[in-house]
Amino acid sequence: MMRSYLFWSLLLITFWLTLGSWRTAAVPEKLSDYGFFKGNPANQEPAAGVVPYALNTPLFSDYAEKLRFVKLPTGQSVAYNDSAVLNFPIGTTLIKTFYYPNDFRDPAKGRRLMETRLLVHQPEGWKAFDYVWNDEQTDALLEVAGDTKAVSYIDNKGVTRQQNYTIPNLNQCKGCHNRSETMTPIGPSIRQLNGDLVYGATNENQLLYWKKAGMLTGLPALANCPKTPIWNKPETGSLNDRARAWLDINCAHCHNPKGPAMTSGLNLSISETDPTALGILKTPVAAGRGSGGHPFDIVPGKPDESILMYRLNSTDPGEMMPELGRKVVHVESVELLREWIKTMK
Amino acid sequence: MKPYLLALTACLFTHLALAQADVQKRYQTKLIMADNGSTVDLDAGTFTFTGTLSLEDKKRIVIRGKGIDKTILSFKGQTDGAEGLRVSNAEDIVIENLTVQDSKGDGIKTMNVKGITFRNVKVEWTGPPKAENGGYGLYPVQCDNVVIDGCTAIGASDAGIYVGQSRGIIVKNSKAYHNVAGIEIENSRNADVFDNEAYDNTGGILIFDLPDLVQKQGGNVRVFNNYVHDNNLPNFAPAGNIVASVSDGTGLMILAANGVEVFKNRFIRNQTLGTGIISYLLTERPITDKTYYPFSTAVSIHDNIYERNPGPASSRGRYNQIFDKILKSGQSIPHIIYDGIADPATFDKDGKPLANKRICIRNNKNQSLVNLDAGRQFQNVSFSPTPFDCQLEPLKITTSVR
Repeated sequence: MMRSYLFWSLLLITFWLTLGSWRTAAVPEKLSDYGFFKGNPANQEPAAGVVPYALNTPLFSDYAEKLRFVKLPTGQSVAYNDSAVLNFPIGTTLIKTFYYPNDFRDPAKGRRLMETRLLVHQPEGWKAFDYVWNDEQTDALLEVAGDTKAVSYIDNKGVTRQQNYTIPNLNQCKGCHNRSETMTPIGPSIRQLNGDLVYGATNENQLLYWKKAGMLTGLPALANCPKTPIWNKPETGSLNDRARAWLDINCAHCHNPKGPAMTSGLNLSISETDPTALGILKTPVAAGRGSGGHPFDIVPGKPDESILMYRLNSTDPGEMMPELGRKVVHVESVELLREWIKTMK
Repeated sequence: MKPYLLALTACLFTHLALAQADVQKRYQTKLIMADNGSTVDLDAGTFTFTGTLSLEDKKRIVIRGKGIDKTILSFKGQTDGAEGLRVSNAEDIVIENLTVQDSKGDGIKTMNVKGITFRNVKVEWTGPPKAENGGYGLYPVQCDNVVIDGCTAIGASDAGIYVGQSRGIIVKNSKAYHNVAGIEIENSRNADVFDNEAYDNTGGILIFDLPDLVQKQGGNVRVFNNYVHDNNLPNFAPAGNIVASVSDGTGLMILAANGVEVFKNRFIRNQTLGTGIISYLLTERPITDKTYYPFSTAVSIHDNIYERNPGPASSRGRYNQIFDKILKSGQSIPHIIYDGIADPATFDKDGKPLANKRICIRNNKNQSLVNLDAGRQFQNVSFSPTPFDCQLEPLKITTSVR
C-alpha cells in the first residue's frame, strides 16, 4: 500500500516537473543570449558555425535590407533537393535581421537594425521568435505581440523617406510561413541559393561553399542545379522567368494550394502551369474592393485592367497584396510585372 | 489656445494613443498566450486597433466580450492586416458577445477551424453602405461545423454573413441588413439557414456555387422560416466581384447550387426577384474549371409566402433588360424566376426531367413563376407552373452541431 502510494506520488511529481520544464522551456529574452554573433551583436558578425546566406530573388519588405544566417546543429548537414525549400535538420536556426541603411547610397553612414527573426527547428516543428532591436542598438529583445516603429532613411535617389515599419506578432509569422497549417521556412531552396556570395575575402557560389563546409550533401554538378533568376537583372533570366520568380517568393507562400490563400484558387508558385490558377482571366472570389473594379486577376496585354496590378499598387490594407509586411509600393517590381502582363498574349 | 492648454491637450492625446497601442498588445498577447481550453475575456468599452487581432493553432478557446455594443473592437484607421479578428487552424472556438467595427477588409475571418461558433456577435461598417466597406462581415471559410447564432451583420460590400467552402453549417436567429448580400452560403455542404431576418440588402440570401475554388460542389442546403424583406438596396459592391452582378430587389438567389430546399419563408417586397434559380452560364463569365458544375439542380421551393408592392422591378441591372424583352409593359414580374438552363444530363432519353434532379415549385402563397428559357435565347418563355408542380424528397441536413 505504502509502496504504491510512493510510486504514484513519485510518478506524479516527475510528471509535474516535466510539465513544468516544458512550460518554462525558456525562450531567451535577449538575442545576445544565443551567441550567434561575435562581439557587439549589432555588427552582425557571425560566430563559428553561423553561416551567412542570400537569396537570388528575395521577398520585398518595404525596402528593408536583410542579413540572413543559418546555423546547423553541430556535425549535421542538409540533403540536396531541387524542388522545395531544404529540409533542415532539427536543431537548425535560420536567422534574419531586418535593417535600413541610413543612406542607401552610402553604407558607411551606418544603419538601423529593426528586428531579428528566428526560425528554430524544434522536435515539434519550426517555431518563430522575433527580437526587436532597442533604440541604443545594443541588443534585441523578444517580442510576441508585434510593434510599429517609425523609420526614416535616404533612398538610393537621395530622397528622405519616412515610413512606419511593422514588426509582426507571432501569429502573423505563420500568416506567411505556412504550408498545410505547419510552420515552414520560405526562402532557402537550392534554386534560390544557387548564386554567389562574398565570404570574407572570397566570392563563391553558395552551394559549393555549403558542400565544402559539409553543410550540404548530394549536390550534383552545379550546371544541373536549378537557379532562380535575379528579378531585376535581365541578364539572369527572361522577363517571364524573372516575373515568375518574383511572384513565387513574394506571393506563393500564401497563394499555393496548401497556403493560407488557398481559398482564392490563385496559385502563384513557380511550378504552376494552369493559366487560370495563375490568374489569367480568372475571376476573383473574395477580393472585395481589392478588385479595383476589374473582372479578372490578369488580363493578358492589359496590366491596367488586371486585379493583380491593382492590388500591388495599393497601400490600403483592405485592398493591397500582400496583406502583411508592406506599407509602400515596390515600384520596381510593379514595373517588372506590368511589362510581363503587357507582353502576355 | 494658451501654451499650457496646448501642452495638456498634447499630453492627453499621447496618453490616449499609448493606451490604445497598449490595448492592442495586451489583447494580442492574450490571444497568443492563451492555453487550450481557456477563455479570453474582453472588457467592456470601445477599443481601437490598428492591426488584425489573431488566434492561431488553439483548441477550445472562448473569446468573450461583455455583450454586443458593450465590447466594441473598432478597426477604424486600421493600417495592418485586412481582417478585424482572424482565427485559423483551430478547433472548437467560440466567439461571443462582442462587436467588430469598421475593419478595412473582412470583419471576422475564420479559416480551417473545426468547430466555430459565433454567438451574439455584431459585425458592422458604420455610416451609409458604401463600396469602401470591407467585403465580408462574418467569414468562416474552409471550416467544419459552423454555428452562427444571434448575430448581426451590417454594411458589408460583399456579404454580411458569408460561409464559404465549409461543411456542416447552421445560420440562425441572425440579422443582416445594408449589405450587398445579406446571407451567403457558397461552395458549402450541409447547411441549415433558418429563423433569420435579411432586409434592406441588395440580395437577401444567396446560395452560390462558383468555379476555380478548392472546395467545389456545395449543396444540401435548407433555407426555412426566414423573413426576407425589402432587399432593394442599390448594389454597391466593387465591380469584378460576383455579387456585383446581383440585381437589387433580390430576395433569394440560387446560383449553380444543387440540392436546395426552400420552405416556410416570407419573401416580402423584394421588388425584382422573390426567388431566382439560375445557372452560372447566365452570368456569361468564362468557365475554365473542368470539374465545375454550372447548373442548379434538385431545387425545391414550397410553402413560402410571396408578396410585393405593385410597380416595376427595382433592378437597375441585367434583369430589367431581360424583363423588358420578355414581359409586356405593365405586366407584373413573377415572384419566382428560373432561367431554364438545365443540364442535358438531367433528362431521360424522352426529354423528361429525372425525378430527383428537378426544379420543384409548389404550394407557395401568391406563387407566380417564369421559365426564361435563357439557354435558347428566350424562345419559349413560359409562365406555366405545371412543369414545376412536383415535390422532391425533403432534405436531411447532417451536421454535428445544433
